[in-house]
Amino acid sequence: MSEPNSLTIAAARDALRKGETTSVALTEACLAAGEAGGKLNAFVHPTPDLALEQAKAADARIASGEAPSMCGIPLGIKDLFCTKGVPSQAASRILTGFRPEYESTVTRQLFESGAVMLGKLNMDEFAMGSSNETSVYGDAINPWRRGNDETALTPGGSSGGSAAAVSADLCLAATGTDTGGSIRQPAAFTGITGLKPTYGRCSRWGIVAFASSLDQAGPMTKDVRDAAIMLQAMAGHDPLDSTSADMPVPDFEAMLTGDIRGKVIGIPDEYRIDGMPDEIAKLWAEGRAMLEDAGAEIRDISLPHTKYALPAYYVIAPAEASSNLARYDGVRFGHRASLAQGDGVTEMYEKTRAEGFGDEVKRRVMVGTYVLSAGFYDAYYNRARKVRTLIKRDFDEAFASGVDAILTPATPSAAFPLGQMEDADPVAMYLNDVFTVTVNLAGLPGVSVPTGLDRSGLPLGLQLIGRPFEEGDLLNVAHTLERAAGFVSKPEKWW
Amino acid sequence: MSIDTKTAAHVAKLARIRVDEDDLPALADEFNTILGFIEQLQEVDVEGVEPMTGVTPMRLKRRDDVVTDGNQTDKVLSNAPDAREGFFAVPKVVE
Repeated sequence: MSEPNSLTIAAARDALRKGETTSVALTEACLAAGEAGGKLNAFVHPTPDLALEQAKAADARIASGEAPSMCGIPLGIKDLFCTKGVPSQAASRILTGFRPEYESTVTRQLFESGAVMLGKLNMDEFAMGSSNETSVYGDAINPWRRGNDETALTPGGSSGGSAAAVSADLCLAATGTDTGGSIRQPAAFTGITGLKPTYGRCSRWGIVAFASSLDQAGPMTKDVRDAAIMLQAMAGHDPLDSTSADMPVPDFEAMLTGDIRGKVIGIPDEYRIDGMPDEIAKLWAEGRAMLEDAGAEIRDISLPHTKYALPAYYVIAPAEASSNLARYDGVRFGHRASLAQGDGVTEMYEKTRAEGFGDEVKRRVMVGTYVLSAGFYDAYYNRARKVRTLIKRDFDEAFASGVDAILTPATPSAAFPLGQMEDADPVAMYLNDVFTVTVNLAGLPGVSVPTGLDRSGLPLGLQLIGRPFEEGDLLNVAHTLERAAGFVSKPEKWW
Repeated sequence: MSIDTKTAAHVAKLARIRVDEDDLPALADEFNTILGFIEQLQEVDVEGVEPMTGVTPMRLKRRDDVVTDGNQTDKVLSNAPDAREGFFAVPKVVE
């Protein structure tokens, strides 16, 4: 058997059920890998005692013969999820010291299915960023490098710690969240699989809110099968989240038949953006050929409002963030600034938020405040919501015409060096999400699958977009693409 | 439209984020970059298009109007920077 921490969920599950390993052994291997991987700065609040306690309970449950697939599987949890009694601060200074008295629905469901939490993972502050450089914990580092070049690369963001940890085998899988691409872009940058489910598939309750109409939790895993297994445990209706869908959760893993004959795969012309690197265009063409070889019908389609997705997103997401982040006022939880003699409640708010929020968060809160303010609400916010309707309509029409899934690149480039974007304007960083953000605006499921390497040896991913609530079919196409691509590369260990 | 330092200061005030006077010109520049990017939305013909309120067509669930939770003062206050006698404590708001 390979190193226990490098196993997939499926392989670990099968080994656990056969009695070939124990959850304690898997957990200890991951904890050791996590400690040795400190340079990656992926785990920011390790929880080894809790992990071993959960692992022992999982072993007992497996021995009883009544264990679901996730039982005994060691996971990393993004810091955005509230975990009872464990620091949960969304990588923000303003939530320093916050220990929730409650458990998010997604982590509760994972723990009820027997999963083990190794600790909390690094991310961009409040999930706002595409490089994990806005974190109060400092940058997470991509385990991949450009050959022998020691330049530290970004693992992507916002779920950068999750991506780095899964890619470097510090855990078997991790939770992520995706508001504009925060699962799929880091997955592509680190050679792993990342699934953003349909909006409403997983409960948002207990996940620190960024933009509530776009946020969705999902699995970040070593392959597509694992994404299916883990989604099963995360998904389902929750009375505590009125936007969670009251729909049955199918057996996603059973839907991975590898048969996509007759499925129609759309290739949207508008995703051929100006200046697309040759390597990305080639990767995309190869993916198209792989699906065609597998028996799918390839169809060129048009999603005419694609170009307006990023600007619409950068109205809607900051607007919702400015409302959601109003709760950080220094009264109920987290940081409160020390006040001068005579300071009143307004000074308390202003100083607390100035000290507690990082630059990108402040920028987005203020942009959101501006687009919602009197006189601009119609020109910006309402217009963006109308454009969002048109973006969703584009997808609705494609699916109505018989398209089953849509194939696009996941990112416009491979992972870039940390610090590279420091002097760039904020919009340059936003362009990272150009292929992923449409999916959030339309509420659709999207998955990023690693399918190749660029010329410096860095992983590249393709994105598949599915019909709402048909993650099973989507994952089946992704599984077929994964098998055809045969991506098995791992980062060479330097940490 | 262009944002000047006065508008930037007003937005910061509305957002309850203290910004030093010296930092306002840079902030105004950043706003202008972002708003310039957003400006593209003006090209789109949105005549007769409904603004999206929810991405998934569904009716919000209803439940009986009954108390479902409560009596957890200690837990509610456990993370407060300052709590006294079962209340959140803040600087004086009324003279």
